[in-house]
Amino acid sequence: MAFLDKHKVIETNATLLMILSLLVVTIGGIVQIVPLFYLENTIEKVEGVRPYTPLELAGRSIYIREGCYGCHSQMIRPMRDEVERYGHYSLAAESMYDRPFQWGSKRTGPDLARVGGRYSDEWHQDHFTNAKSVVPESVMPPYGFLFNNLIDGRYIQDVVATNRMAGVPYTDEMVENALADFKAQVDPLGDFDGLEARYGEEAFGTPINVRNFDGTDALTEMDALIAYIQVLGTMVDFSTFTPVANR
Amino acid sequence: MWDYLKLIGLGLLALLAAIAANYAHDLAYQVNAVTVMLAAGISFLYVLRTAGDPRPNLQHEYFDGVVRAGAIATAFWGVVGFLVGVVIATQLAFPQLNFEWAQGYLNFGRLRPLHTSAVIFAFGGNALIMSSFYIVQRTSAARLFGGSLGWFVFWGWQLVIVLAATGYVLGATQGKEYAEPVWYVDILITVVWVAFLVAFMGTLFKRKEPHIYVANWFLLSMILTVAMLHLVNNAAIPVSIFGSAQVQLYAGVQDAMVQWWYGHNAVGFFLTAGFLGMMYYFVPKQAERPVYSYKLSIIHFWALIFLYIWAGPHHLHYTALPDWASTLGMVFSVILWMPSWGGMINGLMTLSGAWDKLRTDPIIRMMVVSIGFYGMSTFEGPMMSIKAVNSLSHYTDWTIGHVHSGALGWNGMITFGVLYYLVPRLWNRERLYSLKLVSWHFWLATIGIVLYASSMWVTGIMEGLMWREVDANGFLVNAFADTVAAKFPMYVVRALGGGLFLTGALIMCYNLWMTVRAQPQRVTQHAAVPAE
Amino acid sequence: METYSFLRHMADSWFLLAMTLGFLGLCLWAFRPGSRAAHQEIATSIFRNDDRPASSDPAKKEG
Repeated sequence: MAFLDKHKVIETNATLLMILSLLVVTIGGIVQIVPLFYLENTIEKVEGVRPYTPLELAGRSIYIREGCYGCHSQMIRPMRDEVERYGHYSLAAESMYDRPFQWGSKRTGPDLARVGGRYSDEWHQDHFTNAKSVVPESVMPPYGFLFNNLIDGRYIQDVVATNRMAGVPYTDEMVENALADFKAQVDPLGDFDGLEARYGEEAFGTPINVRNFDGTDALTEMDALIAYIQVLGTMVDFSTFTPVANR
Repeated sequence: MWDYLKLIGLGLLALLAAIAANYAHDLAYQVNAVTVMLAAGISFLYVLRTAGDPRPNLQHEYFDGVVRAGAIATAFWGVVGFLVGVVIATQLAFPQLNFEWAQGYLNFGRLRPLHTSAVIFAFGGNALIMSSFYIVQRTSAARLFGGSLGWFVFWGWQLVIVLAATGYVLGATQGKEYAEPVWYVDILITVVWVAFLVAFMGTLFKRKEPHIYVANWFLLSMILTVAMLHLVNNAAIPVSIFGSAQVQLYAGVQDAMVQWWYGHNAVGFFLTAGFLGMMYYFVPKQAERPVYSYKLSIIHFWALIFLYIWAGPHHLHYTALPDWASTLGMVFSVILWMPSWGGMINGLMTLSGAWDKLRTDPIIRMMVVSIGFYGMSTFEGPMMSIKAVNSLSHYTDWTIGHVHSGALGWNGMITFGVLYYLVPRLWNRERLYSLKLVSWHFWLATIGIVLYASSMWVTGIMEGLMWREVDANGFLVNAFADTVAAKFPMYVVRALGGGLFLTGALIMCYNLWMTVRAQPQRVTQHAAVPAE
Repeated sequence: METYSFLRHMADSWFLLAMTLGFLGLCLWAFRPGSRAAHQEIATSIFRNDDRPASSDPAKKEG
C-alpha cells in the first residue's frame, strides 16, 4: 500500500495544506454564486423598474448611513400574512439596481419594500421627527436633525456616474443632468420636464414624484430620504409579471 | 537601509493623509484621514528614534510581546463591545436613549454596526490574532516569522478598528451587515490580513516540529477563507478617492447571495474555524491531556470547512433568491450539524478521565461551557435553517438570540478561558490572582447568556406567531406596532442579561490586572541557558 | 432554462456522487492503517516547547 504512505505529505507540508484548504472552501461559493450571474431565470423580466433619480439615490445613501437596514427589511416573503400586511411579495427585479442590496435581516420595525405612497409626506415628516407622535408603540430613534442638514448635490453627478460604471443603466443624459434633476425633484413649481422625460412615465411607465418632500423651503436630507421612501415598491408593473415555476 | 525605507514610506503616508484630509468630501473621511496621519506620524517618530539600534538575535525566544499586547487589546475591546451592546439593547427597550442632542450620531442605527464590529472584529479578531501567534509559535517550536511583522499586524488591526468605529458614528458605512467598513478601510484590512498570513505561514515554514498540529489547520483555513470572503464581498468602486462613498460591484439578488455567503462564513470561519483552532490547542493544554481523537479532528476539519461555505443562502429563505440556491443552503446547513457536533464531542471528550477538573478548575469549566454553547448553537442553527422553521424565525429576535448564544457562549467563554490561561504564562506569574473571581465571572456570564437567549426565544417566537396570526375571517389580528409593544418586558430582561455578561468581563479585567500586578514571579524550572 | 436544467441534473447526480466519495476517501485516509502512532505523536506535540523555541532542528523535514 505504497500510496497510503504518502499520507504524511499533507500533515507536514504547509504549502499543500494551504492550497488544498483553499480549494475546498472555494467550491461552495462558486457553485452558489456564479450561476446567479448567468442563469436566465434569476431575475424576472418585468416592466417599470428604473434606476433611482439622483435625489432618491441621495436619500438611499442616507438610509444606508443611518443604518436603517438594521431594523427594516425590504423583502416581502410570499407568506399569506406578509402579502396581506405589506403587499405583493418582492421580486428580484425590484432590487436589481440596489448597490448594495437592502433586503435586511431583521424586522424591529416593519418591512419597507412597498412603503412608497402608503403614507403622506407630512406623516413621514412627523414620524421621522418623533415616531411616537404617530405610532405610540414605536421604538424608532428620532431623525429630526435631517431637517437641519442642507444638501446641494455637490457630488451627486459622481455618484450617478459611479453607479453607471458599476452597471446601472444610466444614460449619458441622466449623468450630465444629475445635478439639475436632483434639484428639480423638490420644486413642483419649477421646470421638471427633463427629469420626467428621463425617469418618468414615458420612459418607465410611472410618473416621478416631484414635491417639496420635507415641507420646508430648504433642500435638506429629509427631502432626499422621503423621496427615497416614497418610491419604494412603486415601480414594478405587475401586469407584466408571470411567476416562473422552475427557479 | 530598511529603516530609511520605512521612514520614507511613513512620511509619505502622513503627507498623503494630510492632503486627503484637506480635500475630504465628508466628515467621516476627514476624521479618518487625520487619524491615519497621526498614526503614520507616531510610527515615523518611533522608527526614527529606534533607527540604528542594535537588533539582538532573538531566535531562541518566542515573540510574546505581541501576544501580551493582543491579550490586553482583546480584554479592552471586549469590554467596549459588550458595553455598546448593553447600550443599544437598552435603547431598544427605552428609545428615549436615542438622544435628540446627539444629532443622530448615537442613534441605534449607527451604534449597532459599532457593536457588531467591536465584538466580532475587535474582540474576536484580537483574540484570534493573539492566539494564532501564540499557538503557531509553540506548535512550530519557532519564533514568529518576519521580525516585527507581528507588531505591524497588531497595530494595523487596531488602526482598522479605530477607523471603522469612528467612521460608523460619523456616518461612513458600506451598508452591508458585518462588512460595514468603507473602501479604504477595506484596503487596509487586506494589507494587514496578508501580513497576518505571511507571519503565520512563515512560522509554519520554519517550524522545527515535523507535523503541523491541527489547531494550525483551522487557523490557516480561517485566515485564507476570510481573505477570500473579504475581497469578494467588498468589491466596490469608490465614488471619489476623497470620500467615503462607494458603489457595490454587485446588485440586488447577486449582492444578497454574495453578502450572506460572506456573512455566514464570517461566522463559519472567523467565529467558528478560528475559535476551533483555539479550542484544539488550549483545551488539551488546560486539561493537560491530548485531544480525544486526532483522527476525528482531521475529519472534523475537512468536513467543516467544505460544508460551512455552502450555508449562506439559509439567510435568504423565501426571498427573491432562486429556490435552488436557498435549498442548497438549507441542505448543507443541516448536514453541517454533524461535523459541528463531531468537533464538540472531540473537545468535550478531551476531558474524559479528568472530569474532576470541572469541580476544581474554573478555567476548564469555562472552556467546557463554551463548547456546550457551541454544541447548542450548532444544533439551533441547522434547525433554524430548515425552511419551515425559518419562515417563523426569520426577521425575528430569535435570530438575535441564536447569534448571541453562539457569540457570548462559545466565542466569549472560550476567549475568557484562553485569557485566564495565557495571562499568568505571558507575564510569567505563579498563578491567577483569584480563582474565586473566575467563578464569579463564570456564573455572571452564564446567567447573563441564559437570560439573553431565553428572552430572545420568547420575543422571537412570540412576534413570529403574532405577525402571522389571522382571525376567522382571514384578517390579520395584530398591527405591527402591537408586536413591538408586546416585546418590551423581554427587551428589559435582555439588557439585564447583557449587563451581567459585561459585569463578568469587568471582573475578569480586574482579576487579570491584579494577576500581573500583584502575583509573584513564576520560578523557571528549566536548566540555565548558555549565554549568547 | 436549458442551463438551469443541465446544471440541476449534474448537481443531483455526479456532484452528489463526487462529494460522497470525497467524504469516504477522507474517512479512509484518517483511519488508514499505521496512522495511530503518527497521530499520537502529533497530539502530544503541544506539550513540548512551551517556554522557548527548539534549539536546533533535528527532525525537520521540509517547509
